[in-house]
Amino acid sequence: MTGSTAPSRLPARRPILPPALLNPGVLAGLAVLLVVGLAAVAAPYLWTGDPILLRPRLRLKPPFELAWLGTDAFGRDVWSRVVYGARVSLAIGFAVATASVLIGLVIGLVAGYLRRLDAVVMRIMDGIMAIPSILLAIAMVTLSGAGIGTVIVAIAIPEIPRVARLVRSVVLSVRSEPYVEAAIGAGTRLPMLLVRHVLPNTIAPLIVQGTYVCASAILTEAILSFLGAGIPTEIPSWGNIMAEGRQAFQIAPWVILFPGLCVAATVLAVNIIGDGLRDALDPRTARRLGALR
Amino acid sequence: MTEPVLSIRGLTVPLPRGADRANAIEGLSLDVAPGEIVCVVGESGSGKSVTASAVMGLLPPILTPSAGEILLQGENVLKVGAARLRRLRGSRMAMVFQEPMTALNPVLKVGAQIDEMLKAHSERLNAEARRARVLDLLADVHLPDPPSLARAYPHQLSGGQRQRVMIAMALANDPALIIADEPTTALDVTTQAQILKLLKELQARRDAGILFITHDFGVVSEIADRVVVMQKGRLVEEGSVDAVLTRPQHPYTQMLIAAVPKAEPPPPRPRQPPAAPILAVRDLTKTYGGRGLFGGGRAVTALDGVSFALQPGETLGIVGESGSGKSTLARCIARFVDPSAGHIRVGGDDIAHCTPRALRPYRRRIQMIFQDPYRSLNPRRTVGQAIIEGPMNYGLSREAALARAARLIDLVGLDAGALGRYPHEFSGGQRQRIAIARALAMEPDVLIADEAVSALDVSVQRQVLELLEDLRERLNLSILFITHDLRVAARLCDRLIVMLNGQIVEEGPTGSLFANPRHAYTQALFAAAPKMRAAETAEATG
Repeated sequence: MTGSTAPSRLPARRPILPPALLNPGVLAGLAVLLVVGLAAVAAPYLWTGDPILLRPRLRLKPPFELAWLGTDAFGRDVWSRVVYGARVSLAIGFAVATASVLIGLVIGLVAGYLRRLDAVVMRIMDGIMAIPSILLAIAMVTLSGAGIGTVIVAIAIPEIPRVARLVRSVVLSVRSEPYVEAAIGAGTRLPMLLVRHVLPNTIAPLIVQGTYVCASAILTEAILSFLGAGIPTEIPSWGNIMAEGRQAFQIAPWVILFPGLCVAATVLAVNIIGDGLRDALDPRTARRLGALR
Repeated sequence: MTEPVLSIRGLTVPLPRGADRANAIEGLSLDVAPGEIVCVVGESGSGKSVTASAVMGLLPPILTPSAGEILLQGENVLKVGAARLRRLRGSRMAMVFQEPMTALNPVLKVGAQIDEMLKAHSERLNAEARRARVLDLLADVHLPDPPSLARAYPHQLSGGQRQRVMIAMALANDPALIIADEPTTALDVTTQAQILKLLKELQARRDAGILFITHDFGVVSEIADRVVVMQKGRLVEEGSVDAVLTRPQHPYTQMLIAAVPKAEPPPPRPRQPPAAPILAVRDLTKTYGGRGLFGGGRAVTALDGVSFALQPGETLGIVGESGSGKSTLARCIARFVDPSAGHIRVGGDDIAHCTPRALRPYRRRIQMIFQDPYRSLNPRRTVGQAIIEGPMNYGLSREAALARAARLIDLVGLDAGALGRYPHEFSGGQRQRIAIARALAMEPDVLIADEAVSALDVSVQRQVLELLEDLRERLNLSILFITHDLRVAARLCDRLIVMLNGQIVEEGPTGSLFANPRHAYTQALFAAAPKMRAAETAEATG
């Protein structure tokens, strides 16, 4: 129809990772995440002791005297606590990302496709979005007691509407594509229609959204634990290590410094990976970056 | 001979590596004299739009001319700096784009946009003088009531009015050269005829050279003084419009001209004995909107009491311009949208208002071929998966469905290897063949083709039309053929329905409708359709 030399043909399917991997920021982010992940998995073998062993005589020793990263106000080894704390932080990050993406996906698909449910479901989502997430988490932890499970649920709930809105917007734009109508015309039933023709279009934006949810969950857990409304103190997490180091902060800054660095580095790494994936998966930015054509 | 306003000499623009050919344009030379309309004709990918962009200095960075020069009144635009190029654009050369909606800024008033052109290039004009000039320009392009139109936003104007505003913007600084890139392709035929008339008139009055880019030989024959035919980036033929249209020398030109469907219906096919209609539509009405949250909202009647019947084996054409309701009609019959009132009888059963569950058995019997072959196939699924999806939904086993797909892919002229490949590996015409195979896989009673050949180049369009003709004979298909193009309708349809504002204004056998259109609108439609200087073109096919 047009005379353009660049035919409006869709670009050939590209593998997802290579263009993103070429970005040095993404490489650095993946490296940081890999190191933290390995440390969490291999915690007992990384010259760690018992992270909750109290040694009153060895209180607040600075780094490299007796322990690499010093000891806290109860004489516990900060290195051991930080390494074990990685387990909690990563577990919460991935669990919240997975749960909110999966639930949000289902809600978004349903709301986007079944127009009758849309208004009701999305108003409920708007309602949930209006609740401050930290307050909701504090309330839930107060009601049902501190624990990893409660914290995951508390952080995941406010994230669900964001995912649902994203999926819904993709569904709304895809459902009017002629190939979806062609599938309707071919008698494809609704569940299959959604899985086969609509769902694949949501995966790229969901991966990106998932990384942001993961980063924000790690941060929120740290905040909750720091406020004393998160993980109970007998399970070390980056947040509650910092919370307990708060009183001794001025004479023993290492107790807060190292878990703080870990939170910052991990959240930054996950966010950079998310940005890289977004640039690689979104054809508009990919074109701007010259990755296409 | 007067000095040409535009002179392209040996222009070569290489394509990035991995493209289907080495150069977008190769050794192109052409001239545009003052007051001359030169049409550049070619199919998609022929390099005609790259030529236009090169002249305007609008090529993307990856397309950089490697050889040749573009002289605008003697000045090589490939050599001048960005600041000078900006001065040249608008003041000495101007462009009219294909899509008047996207080429105008939706948040600025029309008058302000023209004023901006004046402000950028004519510093000596004060606000008062510019305002007078804006009104003059709007009057020049025959827009009604310029003072109030200057205060309108683009969305308040029709497509034709917007294109007139674009032309007024192009004319604002009296450029020596106007480049028009498919300026009428997005418009209805009656609007197209008016815009072509306007350009012709302005050219006579203003002595500007016009480089007119088009794919449509009908438009060429209406407007051109000289014609340049391009194929794969090369100029293959050049000459006066009469010479090229009546005595084309190059085989590609001959093929292109022969492929243009003629607005003369072929002799009618032998009629089958009348039978019970396979599809009968009665009083079909569709109203959009009017059901806002608080009962507000403006209701738009897209279909207003439409009735017709389709006989088995018949091809019924539905023609009309944009907004006439022809696509809504197709979508109602295929039940992609729910009609507001009326009846759709398939066989003997009314499907106009049945539930999705009750509708399922009928889905199979009505299949649709969509306009845009780039969007009607899921890019993530192979051709084979696309074709077998429907039959398997209705209980056919995978093996049987695959066997059927193999048979159909052969029937539409592709090889069996196509089944394992993805849609993006195919050209537009091939994809439309795949879409036809997919529709036929359902063994439908009625095939709806909604502008199914409109997005295709003429040569490809001809092949797809030939395929449809062939399949129709072999499979005794009943086709509802929706198009805005009378020439295409003439070629394929036994009977025609002309629609206007959601209503049928005329109906009859194709031959008699073409010979003797009765309704004023049908007559206007026929008058506006670009006509080839037809008589002589027959020899071109030989």
